[in-house]
Amino acid sequence: MLRNKENPVAFSRSLTNFFETISGLSAFSIKFFKDVFIPPYEFGEVKKHMDELGIKTMPIVTVTGFIIGLVIAMQSQPVMKRFGAESYLPGMVALSVVRELGPVITALIFAGRVSSGIGAELGSMRVTEQIDAMEVSAVNPYKYLVVTRILACTLILPILTLYVNFLAIMGGYLAVTLSEASSFQLYINAVFKSLEFSDLIPGILKTFIFGLIVGSVGAYKGYTAENGTVGVGKASTSSVVMASLLILLTDTVLVKISVWIWPG
Amino acid sequence: MVEVKNLFKSFGDHVVLDDVSFNIEEGENFVVFGRSGTGKSVLLKCMVGLLEPDKGDIFINGKSVVHIPINEMNEVRKKMGFLFQGSALYDSMSVRENLEFPLIRNFNYSLSERDSMVKDVLEKVGLSKAIDKKPAELSGGMKKRVGLARTIITQPEFILYDEPTTGLDPITTKEISQLVVELQKDLNVTSIVVTHDLICAKIVADRAVVIKDGKICYEGEIKSLEAADDPFLKNFFSSELIESDGEM
Repeated sequence: MLRNKENPVAFSRSLTNFFETISGLSAFSIKFFKDVFIPPYEFGEVKKHMDELGIKTMPIVTVTGFIIGLVIAMQSQPVMKRFGAESYLPGMVALSVVRELGPVITALIFAGRVSSGIGAELGSMRVTEQIDAMEVSAVNPYKYLVVTRILACTLILPILTLYVNFLAIMGGYLAVTLSEASSFQLYINAVFKSLEFSDLIPGILKTFIFGLIVGSVGAYKGYTAENGTVGVGKASTSSVVMASLLILLTDTVLVKISVWIWPG
Repeated sequence: MVEVKNLFKSFGDHVVLDDVSFNIEEGENFVVFGRSGTGKSVLLKCMVGLLEPDKGDIFINGKSVVHIPINEMNEVRKKMGFLFQGSALYDSMSVRENLEFPLIRNFNYSLSERDSMVKDVLEKVGLSKAIDKKPAELSGGMKKRVGLARTIITQPEFILYDEPTTGLDPITTKEISQLVVELQKDLNVTSIVVTHDLICAKIVADRAVVIKDGKICYEGEIKSLEAADDPFLKNFFSSELIESDGEM
């Protein structure tokens, strides 16, 4: 009985928390667009974060990228063979990777690796009063800590996605060659024949948005962390969950928009 | 000069500061004394604009710092230094980078000027050898000293100390407290020290206020504070002395 009475209260509290987080995150992200154009510009910090994030994510995206292409090709090859469409395999791998799998999987890995890191780092700075110390030194901590990180995420994710796309296509070639000897030149020709500029653009454009989501969520969760080390842990884990969820939800909307703009 | 006028601050139903008023003269070492959780740190944070009071006003050199735009607050902050309870050194930066941080962002010193300023303040706090160390490599007392060096490097007019001796052994407590007094003499700054540590208060204070339940219950010199008949003060000082004796 008690549980039944408490459930609606708990549900309404969770719902309130959810909407509070969404409104807080929206205001936090809007502030980014305002502050990013206002001097001083911390180009050095942005570059430093881009280097760190790139190096941090490079090993895992290298392995994942290559395996995506390899697995797609290995899974699809017998089916394509059954329908006599084996020659379309390079094009199919390239299209699936470039249009959808490359951007989304890279963004999800990036969220897992980077969003939690940003959440933990800023969260720990918050609870140890380092952010307050920055503010007291007449330095805008949002600009120095948050804007630089969000910008770095937004700029580095498209580069990582291009890298993953390339590796996945190479992985596809390995799968094709493993089953029967095939010319690399022919494979690449088939890939480029099937790909159009309009296939590449939506995939890359959405990674800017995914990068923005990863950076904003991680920074928001860390920047607003409270309750000591428990709060830091919470900021770190919840930022991964939230960033991943937002990436998938945003992707659904962006796919619809991109199909509408580039119907081919 | 600092003037705090009828300051109120509460968090939800919990009243932290309840009509707090006092003045601090230029060049004075002023101590805000009281038990833990009585709103001393909240008072300091209101002074530097990290918290907004619910009611009342704070004047720094005659200028109100309550509800003012952030750019105006930043101009006031450039005249202030703040030593945090946990030192709040930037983990990712070395001692040198920690000290250079406010200089690079708020002033136009050349590289060589910055270098000599960093070396100078580190010498003042007796930590010249720690210049390239990371905060994680420093002890609690060393962190306080570096925090102090970062506070004075911008040559502030006011220094606010939030529990400068918390968590330190009695000898380091004395050293840090003496350093606060020396810096005040050298730099002729106005110091506002929030503490519950009697050793620190005795060494540092020219004048003190005692906060109890969010209200100021005593204002005057530390010696007269010890001699006061008030049961709370008597109890407070006797327990502090027992604690200090025990530690020694």
